Amino acid sequence: MGCVFMLCKDGSKKESMMKKIYAFESKCLGCGLCEVHCRTAHSKSKDIVKTHKRENIASAIVIEENLSSNTVSYFALQCRHCENPKCIKACISGAMYKDDSGIVLNNKEKCVGCLSCILVCPFGVIKKNDDGRSVSKCDLCVGSCEPFCVKNCPNEAIKFLDEDGARALI
Amino acid sequence: MSLNFNTPDFEVIRNENRCIQCKVCVRQCANTVHFYDEEDNVICADDTKCVNCHRCVTLCPTKALVIRKYPLEFRENSNWSGKVIKEIYKQSQTGGVLLSSMGNPEPFTVYWDKMLLNASQVTNPSIDPLREPMETKVMIGRKPEKLEFDSNGKLLTKMPPNIELKIPVMFAAMSYGAISRNAHESLARAAEELGIFYNTGEGGLSKDFYRYGENTIVQVASGRFGVHKKYLNAGAAIEIKIGQGAKPGIGGHLPGKKVGEDISATRMIPVGSDAISPAPHHDIYSIEDLRQLIFSLKETTDYKKPVFVKIAAVHNSAAIASGVVRAGADAVVVDGFRGGTGAAPTRVRNSVGIPIELALAAIDQRLREEKIRNYCSLIVAGSIRNSSDIVKAVALGADAVYIGSAAVIALGCHMCHSCSTGKCNWGIATQYPELVKRLNPDIMYKRLVNLISAWNHEIQELLGGMGINAIESLRGNRLMLRGVDLNEKELEILGIKYAGE
Amino acid sequence: MLKEGELKIPSGCAISGIIDKKGNKFNGEEIIKSIALMHDRSNGLGGGFAAYGIYPDYKDFYVFHIFYENSSIKTQTEDFIKKHFDVEKAEYIPTRPVPNIVNIPLMWRYFVRPRVQTCVSEKDFMDESEFTSRCVIKINTDYKGAYVFSSGKNMGTFKGVGYPEDIGEFFMLDTYEAHMWTAHGRFPTNTPGWWGGAHPFTILNWSVVHNGEISSYDANKRFVEMYGYKCTLKTDTEVIAYLFDMLVRKHNLPIKKAINVVSAPFWDDIEREKSEEIKNELRSIRAVYASALVNGPFSIILGYEKGMIALNDRIKLRSLVAAEKSTRTYVASEESAIRIICDNPEKVWSPRGGEPVIALLEGE
Repeated sequence: MGCVFMLCKDGSKKESMMKKIYAFESKCLGCGLCEVHCRTAHSKSKDIVKTHKRENIASAIVIEENLSSNTVSYFALQCRHCENPKCIKACISGAMYKDDSGIVLNNKEKCVGCLSCILVCPFGVIKKNDDGRSVSKCDLCVGSCEPFCVKNCPNEAIKFLDEDGARALI
Repeated sequence: MSLNFNTPDFEVIRNENRCIQCKVCVRQCANTVHFYDEEDNVICADDTKCVNCHRCVTLCPTKALVIRKYPLEFRENSNWSGKVIKEIYKQSQTGGVLLSSMGNPEPFTVYWDKMLLNASQVTNPSIDPLREPMETKVMIGRKPEKLEFDSNGKLLTKMPPNIELKIPVMFAAMSYGAISRNAHESLARAAEELGIFYNTGEGGLSKDFYRYGENTIVQVASGRFGVHKKYLNAGAAIEIKIGQGAKPGIGGHLPGKKVGEDISATRMIPVGSDAISPAPHHDIYSIEDLRQLIFSLKETTDYKKPVFVKIAAVHNSAAIASGVVRAGADAVVVDGFRGGTGAAPTRVRNSVGIPIELALAAIDQRLREEKIRNYCSLIVAGSIRNSSDIVKAVALGADAVYIGSAAVIALGCHMCHSCSTGKCNWGIATQYPELVKRLNPDIMYKRLVNLISAWNHEIQELLGGMGINAIESLRGNRLMLRGVDLNEKELEILGIKYAGE
Repeated sequence: MLKEGELKIPSGCAISGIIDKKGNKFNGEEIIKSIALMHDRSNGLGGGFAAYGIYPDYKDFYVFHIFYENSSIKTQTEDFIKKHFDVEKAEYIPTRPVPNIVNIPLMWRYFVRPRVQTCVSEKDFMDESEFTSRCVIKINTDYKGAYVFSSGKNMGTFKGVGYPEDIGEFFMLDTYEAHMWTAHGRFPTNTPGWWGGAHPFTILNWSVVHNGEISSYDANKRFVEMYGYKCTLKTDTEVIAYLFDMLVRKHNLPIKKAINVVSAPFWDDIEREKSEEIKNELRSIRAVYASALVNGPFSIILGYEKGMIALNDRIKLRSLVAAEKSTRTYVASEESAIRIICDNPEKVWSPRGGEPVIALLEGE
């Protein structure tokens, strides 16, 4: 968990130091393994085959494809954990919230499935679950050192970086 | 003609219990073997298109895939094997020359595997490379016959240009065009980090890669693609390519569809035009012509760069190498018949040239008999597969080796022998941008660094075992080798004794 | 079983050397005493000595010491010698009977001057020394059963199968006066040994006694063979003599540079060198003479007309001790072998790997 945010000397958490997922189009193969591993990471069984055969989970990361004849490109989309998230403002039940470290999370207990968040999200990265009554979004795999999509990307096209690290690469 | 005799070479076996229909295989196969049947929610495969490159197998998250040899049998016949028959089907259908990629796969003797190395016992201590210095640095280039000092002991001789290899391995010539930009970048960055060299191949040097010049060998081949003064001066050494082990005696052909904007600019040819390298250099019809080219290149680079000459290992390589040294080459590169290629006519690849081990032994011996071995460096290529091959090559007389196939295998090549299709699923031998980006240079250059560093450790261990702490003391030290399963003639040519002698 | 000369034999050994830098002469008793102390470092299969300054009356003549297996090869070899040299004197090498010294070959010595004219061969002009060395190599290569084991001026080697102290007694070294002596006791590992296989090995004035095994042997051998030498004995030591002869006599390298060749500094040390000039020099030496680097464990004592040089391999895998007293320098495998002949030396030290002990005659 320690990797998700960094503690400043005074013990407060500084949001700008928070690590986020960055996707690099130039490296993305569009293979879709991030989606497979996202679903598995958020499953009960944590087993790839069981997750996909028995559970019904929407991936919080989605590969957008552009398959036009002259250029083929792919891009992995997932929650940006905005500084002022519109989804939190729009949430009618208080299910959407930001935790101490800056991660935008959805409390499934409180979510009533009004889908307001999906309507306002400028990136289109909140997905309706198949039950129709709740939503899924990226939680940066809280509790594990590195999000599963990052860990399993075969081409290092998705990286888990703080702002400085991201700036150096972009 | 609707009648097609061709049958698949491979069969895709999918474990339906493990397949989760994630479609990773569908998206990753450039040969469009896998496809999704939405109606039945299953992934299917068209075996006829499979080249067995393992891309789908490697990326399948549930390891649900296996590729096998297609089980269809012809009636048993040791002479008319299935392979021979299928080649005839193919040619009678297309009327074309059979094309193959990578090196000669036929079951000829691999002499490296018939030679064994020595180690110290009792009379001579082995040396532990973790505790003692163990030197693998070599200097490649022309050497004067002797050094001269004045009466005060001051060195008078001026050394001709030499390049310094921290490890006696270089990445062989693979042109930008034959392999992708990302593959080139990986090789260049690895060479820089390792203190060794990579070779541009005959396709010129992309302007973005001039910054790796100190670790670059620029090649001049018969097509002279991308050759100009700045290019020649950009590298640390120049290599004239006369021949290539995979296809001695013939030139090259980069299809126009691979010639995109950047390759066009680098090779100095129009976008979309075929890049055809003639079989000979049309300004070299004999050895004296070679001398002229060597010295033109030296003039152009102010005598600051060593000039290598690369020849394919053929029947009279020893005499040719001797001529090449006398023509002024600072290093002779010999490429054996197992050397790789992006594309070669199958008949040439499989039946022209000789094994590098024999060519190397013969050349080293011949140059010594003519007392010119110390003037030049001898570099060998053509299927150097691991560190013990390198050590054996040095013991036979090589200064250093080039690796091509081993390097691309480190980059992900699975030896499917299909480079000529241009649809390399690993992003190596392709120019399709969506395939090229599968090879991430940030990841792949490290794999090359890992490979060569690992080999260097192994070379040091083997040297230490022999009681040697500098690789030059192994060069041509054939007493360190013994043969097994070899006949008298083979031992004679290799200049080694039989095990137990 | 193959005889020596038909295969390469590893061997361990004892070595010892004494020089009087003022040129004062002394007989062979001290060197015998020194090498005898290290009896256990040899196994009775070879011992030998080199003595410099022993033939002052013939100091301008090359002196060939030759072993013959039979008298017919002696006749043939002498025909060859007479054709190419003026023979001033030919005689038995004097010996005295020693019980342990058996299977003694015919041993003759010849005081000769080359007839260079006869041999200014088809193509190249040769000086006297080159001519003589080629003749020696020719006898040793082509005359089976004859072996020239000493060919310098005003020096000679004496060697054979046996413990070195017995060999010294046999050759009556107490009757020779030299300003420099080197000695060797041999411990070959796997043959009966033959007389020619004992140390020292010589070519012209160079003599080498050697303790160790050279793992670079075939690389060195194939290198010197490009320059007209033939390693006839297939033991490591011979090649060292040829290397020095080639480097110093043929290539005119100063002796210190020749030492840099055979016991080259490590690349790391070269890179650390501050002076660009020295760095360039050492890099050039390693590049040009890569095949002359002698690798593996060794300590050697090299004798030549100017004096004595003792040298270890680069990481000192063999013992070597040096001492000085008055005008003399001593080197030996063991300190005790020095102390037994030299009370209270002024200085005793153990040279570092690759660091030579150079003891030359005054004025050299």
